[in-house]
Amino acid sequence: MAGQTVAEKIISAHAGKRVYANEVAIVRVDGAMATDATAPLAIQAFRQMGGKRLWDAQRVALVLDHATPAPNERVANLHRLMRDFAQETGCHFYDVGAGICHQLMVENAHVKPGDLFLGADSHTPTYGAVNALSCGVGSTDLAAAMLTGKTWLKVPQTLKVVLNGTLPAGISAKDVILRVIKETTISGATYMAVEFTGEAVVPMSLASRMVLANMVAEMGAKCANVDATGLTLPYDWEPVFADADATYARVITLDVSDLRPMVAVPHAPDNVVPIEQVRGITVHQAFIGSCTNARLEDLHEAARILRGRQVARGVRLMIAPASHAVFMQAVKDGTVETLTQAGAFFVTSGCGVCVGTHQGVPSDGDVVISSTNRNFKGRMGNPNAQIYLSSPAVVAASALCGVITDPQDVL
Amino acid sequence: MQGKAHAYPVDNIDTDRIIAGKYTKTLDFSQLAAHCLEDLDPTFSQKVQAGDLLVAGENFGCGSSREQAPVALKAAGVAAVIARSFARIFYRNAINIGLPVLEVPDHTIQDGDQLSIDFENGIITNLTRQESYAATRLPSVMLKILQAGGLTAYLTEHGDYPSE
Repeated sequence: MAGQTVAEKIISAHAGKRVYANEVAIVRVDGAMATDATAPLAIQAFRQMGGKRLWDAQRVALVLDHATPAPNERVANLHRLMRDFAQETGCHFYDVGAGICHQLMVENAHVKPGDLFLGADSHTPTYGAVNALSCGVGSTDLAAAMLTGKTWLKVPQTLKVVLNGTLPAGISAKDVILRVIKETTISGATYMAVEFTGEAVVPMSLASRMVLANMVAEMGAKCANVDATGLTLPYDWEPVFADADATYARVITLDVSDLRPMVAVPHAPDNVVPIEQVRGITVHQAFIGSCTNARLEDLHEAARILRGRQVARGVRLMIAPASHAVFMQAVKDGTVETLTQAGAFFVTSGCGVCVGTHQGVPSDGDVVISSTNRNFKGRMGNPNAQIYLSSPAVVAASALCGVITDPQDVL
Repeated sequence: MQGKAHAYPVDNIDTDRIIAGKYTKTLDFSQLAAHCLEDLDPTFSQKVQAGDLLVAGENFGCGSSREQAPVALKAAGVAAVIARSFARIFYRNAINIGLPVLEVPDHTIQDGDQLSIDFENGIITNLTRQESYAATRLPSVMLKILQAGGLTAYLTEHGDYPSE
């Protein structure tokens, strides 16, 4: 029998038969998640399908994170609709302030290695960091999974990304993934799975692995997997490895030993350049947040740069931690104090700033340096702003200096 | 199906441009229609007529999973979307809500052309230019869902997914 990729293995285990790329399969799912951006439509579709009971309430989670706390009565009523639905069906429910859906799914082990998980959010591939096959879907697909516990999918071909070498000090997983997206472009992995492997992955924390898997969405990919070598998780688990003779659509090999900080310039996440090409551009707003980069190691990186210093005049440095738990850890270890003393301010854990639904909307002509994942025109709520994407370290260094800055110049 | 083409020969038209995140928090689809494609062409919602066809370049609908993107197009009156290629979530979402999407890698459709679509055979005829183009065939699962009018209608009728 021909060898299988990780995606082929996990899908086979859920289809009840051995499948390979390009086959279509009906599969059972292990979990389903939706947010306030997608759940209201999903609930409506679920009811239109005649849905009364969830297929398994313990395997469904609803999260309020996209426009939280509610900015107006319209959104407040959508939140209410979700609260009522969760109460009625008994599914897991995370209310305003609990955190960003993808962080919560991993943090609370709603998704585990080997699982097949659907999330009504495009950054659902994030759970490839824990060897789950997780895909972003829309509201109707999610409603159907909530009702039947199943979905249909085409088995994806796989792009393998081999990361060799050792990351230089101060260079992060965000710089790596931006470099990879520069290579693939925004559509280079459309409908594919992406496997990350290689010696540079082994020492990476779970948080860093989540950064890699998270941004495969910006290559058009369906799902991700990060080689489990070196991964530790706080429960018993079995890693899923690809077979040595698995078939790949494409292999990209990069040596990260000389990697520089990378920045995606307006208005697409694959417009990636090394920091030298954008150094010195004046910034007005700096943001550390989103499902990509708002975890404890990201806040620590910012604190390392800003400790005992002050954010430049004219720059607003905003931070939305990935979850309440992340925020609590940062409170306890003094990171919140360090960053607040430096002039940063904290907003609710959630997605609002990144997706332009709530808080922190830039003005016409504003330049934003952001640790988020998308810089499409209008992304943060204003099509006349310029959004640059980078690591949290570059955001912090740029906030410190008031211009886009290489962190090594201020350490 | 026959209709007038609104052609935007642009690649990577993302879901933020189809319907910005700030407008998506509603179940009132007329609100979505009013802001559809606003950042690409502010006049789109005024000039689109029911039954018109949208034509775009590569990787149409990339970005977020928001189903409000195809819902906004459908609510604005768009009867089908023709693109050189689609992003995967948008593609699924469109089929699931019963909005036909046709992947047509090679064509010379211009803004204002009158098109006729033969879904059975995946052929688009350009009545203005007397040309025809082939669309990529849908997997049979998708075709059955689309023919039912979307996944909600399919599941309501059949209670389960189409067999493979």
